[in-house]
Amino acid sequence: MDNRFSSADLEFQQEVRAFFASEFTDEIKELIATSEETKAPAVKWQKILHKKGWVAPDWPEKFGGTGWSPVQKYIFESERCLAGAPDVVPFGLRMVGPVIFTFGNDEQQQRFLPRILESEDWWCQGYSEPGAGSDLAALQTKAVRDGDDYIVNGAKIWTTYAQHADWIFCLVRTGNFEKRQQGISFLLIDMNSDGIQVNPIHTIDNHHSLNEVVFENVRVPVENLIGVENQGWTYAKALLAHERTSIAGVADSKRWLMDIKEIAKQQSNADGTLFDDPLIQQRFSDIEIELMALEFMELRVLAKLSSGETPGPESSLLKIKGTEIQQALQELRMQVIGAYSGSLRIDQFNNDLQQQGSYARKEYMYGRAATIYGGSNEVQRNVIAKAVLGL
Amino acid sequence: MNFEYSEEQKLLKESIERWAQDNYSFDQRNASMNNDVGYSAEHYATFAELGWLSVPFAEDNGGYGGGVIDLAAIMEEFGRALVVEPVFANMVMFGGLLEQSNHAQLKAELIPQVIDGSLMGGAALYEAQARFDLSNIATTAKADGEHYAITGTKSVVLNGASAQKLIVLARTSGEQRDEAGLSLFLIDADAAGVSINRYPLMDGQQVADVSFDNASGVLISELGEAYGLVSRCMDRAQVALCAEAVGIMEVLNRATVEYTKTRKQFGVPISTFQALQHRMVDMFMSFEQAKSMLVGTLCELSDPETSAHDAQKMLAALRTLIAKTGKHIGDEAIQLHGGMGMTEEMSVGHYVRRLMMINLMFGDQGFYQKRFNQLAYQN
Ligand SMILES: Cc1cc2nc3c(=O)[nH]c(=O)nc-3n(C[C@H](O)[C@H](O)[C@H](O)COP(=O)(O)OP(=O)(O)OC[C@H]3O[C@@H](n4cnc5c(N)ncnc54)[C@H](O)[C@@H]3O)c2cc1C
Repeated sequence: MDNRFSSADLEFQQEVRAFFASEFTDEIKELIATSEETKAPAVKWQKILHKKGWVAPDWPEKFGGTGWSPVQKYIFESERCLAGAPDVVPFGLRMVGPVIFTFGNDEQQQRFLPRILESEDWWCQGYSEPGAGSDLAALQTKAVRDGDDYIVNGAKIWTTYAQHADWIFCLVRTGNFEKRQQGISFLLIDMNSDGIQVNPIHTIDNHHSLNEVVFENVRVPVENLIGVENQGWTYAKALLAHERTSIAGVADSKRWLMDIKEIAKQQSNADGTLFDDPLIQQRFSDIEIELMALEFMELRVLAKLSSGETPGPESSLLKIKGTEIQQALQELRMQVIGAYSGSLRIDQFNNDLQQQGSYARKEYMYGRAATIYGGSNEVQRNVIAKAVLGL
Repeated sequence: MNFEYSEEQKLLKESIERWAQDNYSFDQRNASMNNDVGYSAEHYATFAELGWLSVPFAEDNGGYGGGVIDLAAIMEEFGRALVVEPVFANMVMFGGLLEQSNHAQLKAELIPQVIDGSLMGGAALYEAQARFDLSNIATTAKADGEHYAITGTKSVVLNGASAQKLIVLARTSGEQRDEAGLSLFLIDADAAGVSINRYPLMDGQQVADVSFDNASGVLISELGEAYGLVSRCMDRAQVALCAEAVGIMEVLNRATVEYTKTRKQFGVPISTFQALQHRMVDMFMSFEQAKSMLVGTLCELSDPETSAHDAQKMLAALRTLIAKTGKHIGDEAIQLHGGMGMTEEMSVGHYVRRLMMINLMFGDQGFYQKRFNQLAYQN
């Protein structure tokens, strides 16, 4: 039993650290922190990562990935968060990319993968529908074959960043079988197609990320079908596994914890700084100790992956604990900042604390979603109950 | 990176598991507990024969030379079997202190007797006014020729009812709360001036409050410098208790899942109720957290590059988390068993009481969380 990195891994850590030190510049930091817009700063940073060949750690080398071991990925994540750099936008790089390199044909791979790596195409995910949330297999959006096209009708909802997207990957119904999971197909749809309408959904974080996407007689060439018709559910499920391995967000939470401590040290209190307050320390350690345990939990899963085992229901466990800790940290951040964490300002701050407060509020409000999306925490508990406890 | 027990450690665990399966059913275990001394001397002798009691001792002292991970491996298994025999009190505490002693002759004489199971001892460290503070020691020792005269009272001395010898922490100089000025003494339990007031704890072990009135003891540490030595022994003791707790939590979870699958109400097994399923998932998560923290702490403690400060921080975090998760699992295990969870007849309550006792030993959640805060947040 030991938790030490090999010397090769330690060297790798130095290399990654040096990369962030030189490439994650103050200029790009400032751009990300102050830009009202989401897309341009993200694209700029992802292009820098791509230039280094590090934008897609999860992809095989043959498609432009890094070929890193699970431990190397873990190191990269830790260093990224230590540097305070943002994660990549997942829809292309982490979601549809893996589906295309796993289940797509050569033509699709050549057409789409390089543009995802270069952040030329911006993707969104069209799974959820008004009547199909946790029960995704209830989806109704229809694709009917007509010559060399499918004709798509229906509506997707909660589609993150559809307003910026060039492409949407959708689960659509192409057949009706007794088992609802059959008859679903995986379709790539150009967002510039005629008949697509994107309606914004306003959310409690006062930031526009969600949309409804309505399809009215949208023509989609059959060549945009991934794999075999009616087999889309299998591909989507395989993708979920990708989505969940890094879902614990340990490295991000560690970074947040560090940041919140710094804020607490800046606040004065009756006898010292807020960080000296025993009650605040208690809140910190309630969370920090659980985070330490979560990190070891993640490392245990990682060590299993490294020895060739496939990730099992552990990912559900990491998701539940990871998101609970994220939400606890979001709450703590607001608590530490105080009244300014109600601020709705998004630019022209009166002082640093107001800026931090506004950020805290946004993170907290958006953060409620972490236990809802990616398989809600209740659904994850159902998974563990069945798969681990045999209930 | 590797978080599994080694093959050798797994074999050790399996040997305990197999023995328990064959010889330590819940009824057999209770029969042991209900003995006058609170355990079975016969079983204890078997543990010695099978070599388990030699695990944490250095090879130079006739032991197996095990490290902290080996110790955790066997304690986890003793936890699963809910062993009442005083392995922890005698091997980890009494034996652990002896091994830290600088009295070569007594070590050479007594450690082999701890390993072969022929000597029962107790560690008389804590005092009633001190709560969990090992520097708050009012018991005094005064030089009296070659020996020392010890006077004072020690509380909740594990194995105190059966101990033939006691290791006593007493003050040879300084003020009542000083870390300096503490020394360790070996005293025969039947020596003049020693009175032993025994009683059982809720987990079945027989302990004692022990008073010394000018009892004669032999100095077994550097004069006035026992605090560090005792702390080193306590570090191992903490790990041993936490490993035992992890073993207990695993059994409680398994028992609860099994019970809900067989217990029917409203015409169906209660395990089909989602409200209960999610609570059992949360119990499972608490266990995984506890186990992960244990494994992480074992790695840190056995890494020579870990600083003393970080090791203490990890231990404090581990004990805090074990207390929290142990309370969660214990409470839920009883609740999900319904009325049956309240009975002496079910093993659940016995496991829970041992878990609670562990979380009262040497410090509770608040004590360790405060310690963590001091180590992590005050520089
Ligand atoms: C911020 C955000 C971004 C999103 N981005 C996207 C996106 O880009 N693309 C996309 O396709 N989707 C997206 N989603 C949708 C997301 O996947 C769904 O919200 C999620 O699947 C839950 O579905 P629902 O909202 O319909 O809730 P429901 O399924 O209606 O659930 C409501 C409540 O009931 C509980 N519940 C449901 N079923 C069970 C059960 N069997 N047992 C116990 N409890 C249950 C849930 O846990 C939840 O608490 C996003 C959602 C959010 C909040």
